[in-house]
Amino acid sequence: MPKITYISHDGKKNTVEVPVGLTVMEGALQNNIQGIDADCGGSMACATCHVYVSENWLNKIDKTQDAEQDMLDMAYEPKKNSRLSCQIIISDQLDGLEVTTPIKQT
Amino acid sequence: MIKTDAIIIGAGPTGLFAVHQLGIIGLKCEIIDNLDRAGGQCIELYPDKPIYDIPAVPECTGEELTNSLLKQMAPFKANFHLNQRVEEIKQENNLWILKTNKGNVFSAPNVIIAGGVGSFEPRKIILKEAEKFEGNQIFYSVTNKNLFQNKKISIFGGGDSALDWALELSKTNQVTLIHRRSEFRGAAHTLNEVKQKEKEGKILIKTPYTLTSIEGDKIMTGIEIKHEDGNFEKIKADYILSFFGLIMKLGPIAEWGLNIDKKTIPVNTETFQTNKKGIFAIGDICTYPGKLKLILSGFHEGALAARACFKRAKPNETYRFEFTTASKNIHDRLGVKK
Repeated sequence: MPKITYISHDGKKNTVEVPVGLTVMEGALQNNIQGIDADCGGSMACATCHVYVSENWLNKIDKTQDAEQDMLDMAYEPKKNSRLSCQIIISDQLDGLEVTTPIKQT
Repeated sequence: MIKTDAIIIGAGPTGLFAVHQLGIIGLKCEIIDNLDRAGGQCIELYPDKPIYDIPAVPECTGEELTNSLLKQMAPFKANFHLNQRVEEIKQENNLWILKTNKGNVFSAPNVIIAGGVGSFEPRKIILKEAEKFEGNQIFYSVTNKNLFQNKKISIFGGGDSALDWALELSKTNQVTLIHRRSEFRGAAHTLNEVKQKEKEGKILIKTPYTLTSIEGDKIMTGIEIKHEDGNFEKIKADYILSFFGLIMKLGPIAEWGLNIDKKTIPVNTETFQTNKKGIFAIGDICTYPGKLKLILSGFHEGALAARACFKRAKPNETYRFEFTTASKNIHDRLGVKK
């Protein structure tokens, strides 16, 4: 099973196994990882599952759709490497993915 | 004080259908919502996006669904209390007494919380110093546009609200529109008008820039913004208007003594009652093993909660299950003409 590392804003790492086919957001919720709220439940309607993805991983993930970029406008401190974790679907290629959560989501 | 059989908190799709379910079994209700209109997440988050999983409705938008639900519940003439949030709830014998932030007081044996993910609030500027200018020079919505005459206004955001207000206020003010990326997501024709105003020198557009500091002690005098490439720029500003959408906050519900698990309220799936007798939770805000955050689940939950409300509202009457196809009582309540 792919291992995903969630890094908190102050650098604490939490590595968990997430089944292929789930999203990075669901992996966080199922493992009680702090820092991802996911208020809308994954319908790309709230920007509270916002994460930063490091440059080297960013190219390996499917590019954002317009709707995701639109939603990221609403996120807390969006940057160039911002993604909504509900839109990153886990695959074997993403084994070892690291995402960093912002200081807060709202 | 308004007395009724049930008070519904939240006028999203689940709350609206609960009005219908209470109505067909002969119970009265009042419905309270923090927003200025019914529809909840459907109307605030995705009014134009199609929904494909409402039973027997192959496709409809959030707005269409809301309008259909309002039409379906219309015969029961439930009173809406919008633009207000329930702040307090206390028990008096078998009744719950609710008070809103507008000072309205309600009393009922049943309270149905259909609050979604909480009440909507504008997403605020993240800089701490924004707080002290809020309501005077920094606004998250425009309630009095007469305030803005011959002023320097910085507008933040990339959606329709930001574009619409940039256009409107540029008629009599000096407007700077600032957005974190070069693409705007507003309606194409509005964006064209804004670009036209930019050419005419009526609106200054700054992209991709973000806000880094707010200047001024008692009175805000200006702001500093940062380009994506790292360069800073100072702009004079009398007002900031910021449009970063809405967030959802559980709010006062968290302090009512209800069991709460990850911002949701555990319920018994027979009645959808919470740990407090007479307080029910339905829709996205409730949780139980197997819970799905679907609108159709909220409808089912409301149907069961309504039946449970009957026993508390009319303890001396026996509830009898009836079908809408066959029941004369229900036809009378719906106002069906023979």
